[in-house]
Amino acid sequence: MNGVHDMGGMDGFGPVIREQNEPVFHADWERRAYAVVSLVLRAAQTNVDEFRHAIERIPPARYLASSYYERWIAAAETILVEHRIATREELVAKEDATVDPRQIANAVPARGPAPVKDKSAKRPPRARFAKGDRVRARNLNPVGHTRLPRYVRGKAGVIARDWGVFVFPDTNAHHAGGKPQHCYSVSFDARELWGKPTSSRERLYIDLWEEYLEPIASKPKDKTSKRKAARRTVRR
Amino acid sequence: MSGDHHNTDDSGPAARVKALEALLTEKGLIDPAAIDAIVDTYETRVGPRNGARVVAKAWTDPAYRKRLFADATSAVAELGFAGPEGGHLVALENTDRIHNLVVCTLCSCYPWPVLGLPPVWYKSFAYRSRAVSNPRGVLEDFGLELPSEVEIRVWDSSAEIRYLVIPQRPKGTAKMTEDELAAIVTRDSMVGVAKVEAPRA
Repeated sequence: MNGVHDMGGMDGFGPVIREQNEPVFHADWERRAYAVVSLVLRAAQTNVDEFRHAIERIPPARYLASSYYERWIAAAETILVEHRIATREELVAKEDATVDPRQIANAVPARGPAPVKDKSAKRPPRARFAKGDRVRARNLNPVGHTRLPRYVRGKAGVIARDWGVFVFPDTNAHHAGGKPQHCYSVSFDARELWGKPTSSRERLYIDLWEEYLEPIASKPKDKTSKRKAARRTVRR
Repeated sequence: MSGDHHNTDDSGPAARVKALEALLTEKGLIDPAAIDAIVDTYETRVGPRNGARVVAKAWTDPAYRKRLFADATSAVAELGFAGPEGGHLVALENTDRIHNLVVCTLCSCYPWPVLGLPPVWYKSFAYRSRAVSNPRGVLEDFGLELPSEVEIRVWDSSAEIRYLVIPQRPKGTAKMTEDELAAIVTRDSMVGVAKVEAPRA
């Protein structure tokens, strides 16, 4: 989904501020939140893609106003309600009159792809791309979960490495099948992503699943095939 | 509204965590002892000291260094470090010519077994948004100015691969032991927002 979580390349958040001697947790509730949410995910038999998507579905204004562990709590509540393990009313602390149950698990509904046949039992899929291949990130705008950020869509890059076969987040997040496929490290020239004024000495590496990519045919090959096609037409 | 803030009072999120914990304990879905074990792991056992051990060994043991760049998951496991968010580790080598910087623009993926849980700045919207489009500007926020001839490689952790930057060993540390070296390696240097400094004589 094209959510506010997809932040790569946005401006306006100000400088990065580093805290000296930062503790692992800043309050006892953060400590509890980290552990409780980890256990909720285990109890609900969810997967990391579904959890990430539950965070992404927090309404944008609330997402931006929440801290990291507040977003974890909200996502855990969403998963518990959607998996019918708990109700909104149950999730409001008995002594806390300030929380309206409607504020609990108020994520936008998930709209995932239809289940695909899981071929994971068969032999691993063959790689479509190899190191050095020129590829373009496809201009996909799925309404469900995806790990293809907006800032690389439509941009041309090069396969830097094949990491092997991984389950596909876009279907796995929605329990619509693992759809295992190759995932690649794809390298982009910063000028391709951000325009000419950018330094030529910057490159971006991002890990992209095979379905996010399409091949870029090398130019000479293109011309030959066009000429051949033209000849064929003439003969006819 | 920066998203970097953290609530330290006992209202709001604190009440919701309490509700979650009480409800799930009541339903028999979580064990309160497991909560303490998880907290203890990340507060005392797993943290950037683990990554510092990996870096110090890579600086002093050429055979280990080779294994680390060939297969970081196995090389890190040799030192006893493994666990969630560490199934597919990759080590990135900083040199005079190449500087690596790690980010996760979509959430806050981070190599837990070697660096622990991420600091607030790594999770901040400021870092997630600008590290990819203006890495030199972000490094300046950390007080690190790199010569223009140095190539910057930004790694956006969009999948399950987790990256550990192996910073350059500073000059003037030839006589230091592996333990002494591990003590000067900082978390920030292993994410790529700082260099390691030699201790002042």
